[in-house]
Amino acid sequence: MFANHKYIAFETIVVKEVRRFTRIWLQTLVPPAITIGLYYLIFGNLIGRRIGEMGGYDYIDFIVPGLIMMAVIQNAYSNVSSSFFSNKFQRCVEEILVSPVPNYIILLGFVAGGMARGLAVGIIVTLMSFVFTSLSIEHVWLTILVVLLTAMVFSLAGFINALFANTFDDISIIPTFVLTPLIYLGGVFYSIELLPAAGQWVSALNPVLYMVNTFRFGILGSSDVNIYWALFMLVVFSAVLFAVALILLRRGTGLRH
Amino acid sequence: MSHADSQNAISIRNLRKTYANGHVALKGIDLDVKENDFFALLGPNGAGKSTIIGIISTLVNASDGTIKIFGKDVASHVYEAKQSLGVVPQEINFSQFEKVADIVMTQAGYYGLKGSLARERTEKYLKKLDLWDKRDNRSRMLSGGMKRRLMIARALVHEPRLLILDEPTAGVDIELRRSMWEFLQEINRNGTTIILTTHYLEEAESLCRNIAIIDHGQIVENTSMRALLGKLAMQTLVFDTVNDISTAPQFNDPEVKCQWIDSHSFEVTMSTDRDINALFTALNQQNVLIKSMRNKTNRLEELFLSRLNSR
Repeated sequence: MFANHKYIAFETIVVKEVRRFTRIWLQTLVPPAITIGLYYLIFGNLIGRRIGEMGGYDYIDFIVPGLIMMAVIQNAYSNVSSSFFSNKFQRCVEEILVSPVPNYIILLGFVAGGMARGLAVGIIVTLMSFVFTSLSIEHVWLTILVVLLTAMVFSLAGFINALFANTFDDISIIPTFVLTPLIYLGGVFYSIELLPAAGQWVSALNPVLYMVNTFRFGILGSSDVNIYWALFMLVVFSAVLFAVALILLRRGTGLRH
Repeated sequence: MSHADSQNAISIRNLRKTYANGHVALKGIDLDVKENDFFALLGPNGAGKSTIIGIISTLVNASDGTIKIFGKDVASHVYEAKQSLGVVPQEINFSQFEKVADIVMTQAGYYGLKGSLARERTEKYLKKLDLWDKRDNRSRMLSGGMKRRLMIARALVHEPRLLILDEPTAGVDIELRRSMWEFLQEINRNGTTIILTTHYLEEAESLCRNIAIIDHGQIVENTSMRALLGKLAMQTLVFDTVNDISTAPQFNDPEVKCQWIDSHSFEVTMSTDRDINALFTALNQQNVLIKSMRNKTNRLEELFLSRLNSR
């Protein structure tokens, strides 16, 4: 397949994915906006006033970056896992598998689709945050880089989940029992400095902590973790998950008998 | 690539498939389909037809063996081989939520067709398959026959040299089936090699020049349709009469069996090597005037069943 053909195939998958989540915007874009809006209102605005400062910032300012990242993570993941599994379930994945599209283009296409939804929701909840606070971005490029890498990591994780999934339950187990605890314990609502030493050590094993704190550093200019180490981890996670997903796709795991 | 391989649309050698549950679906299939052929692959349910198609289209992993499409090995030259291949599966496998035109356009994109060419081809094949008026409808709104035609349009959008159809007319009414036959014959005349699996043996007999019968994962017959039908020892001829007949005409030959159908038709079953002129002589003597005569269909069905029963 020629390079321009590969690009057309990639573009086709991305356009199809974006068309899918925008067609059902009431299911994909509105619910996370409402949920995060309620977090802003209740935790940031109402309870936040009583909490005062966290990590040297007003509580609402402290949680906004974490909540934006939470929205990006959840939506990037669920877009790819649900879309690719639906393709498997309806057997329309056969359209791509029969065609000459290389496996890495299939993977990149779905991941780009997941990133697009993650970023779309991220932008919506960022705009909503201006209702409750006025944040300026300290490190613009770092912020963009972190949000892109995070969306990619969780899109890849969602893709792997969809490959192994046999039922719709299988694509909700990981978000419910793994993703949500990791996000809530990943420093979205608190600084890990509040935790005892053992708690801080356990938190250091949580990859979401690095993503949230690096993103927070990009916006506020302060972080609980080493930014370079966090960026390195994000790149490693992306590379490892990409390799794993590609190997599984080549083997036909969950796709070919 | 050997000369023979390059002349074949598809060459299958020693193809074997054992599923994870231990079921042996294919037991060493060898099959060649010549370029421009209209080829029938027949077999009872579970014989292995869909497994062969699944392996050709890379949806099923082979346990052993090789497949070449126009000389390109599906395993080592996967992209070149797939570029020449279009597949119409047995079951509906497009998104029920997308529009008809989007489904075909998307497939064009997977084959690297640019936007303008993709639109042109989408229009061409949706028009040819009488779906252009439905292009903005969601696919779930289509009837069963329309869905089948949509899968054919989708499979043709990149204009493959080899088209594989897995029971394309299943559940399609007779009028639509006939129009699909004409369409398939047209694209075959234009140079597309077609491999067809079907349960309608009349369909295979009408469309295909060569045929393979598969049973229990093995090819049990692989010959031309003419040669296969030539093996049929008996034939049944249906006569339509000008005048009314109340009973079946009588023939002195005990080898000729005659059965009354209705006041204007009867059928005669006789050996294929018998002289038909003798029949007309006898009919003339009984003042039975013949308007038309045809060979009763399902001849292939008789052969098919006898071939499978003999195993």
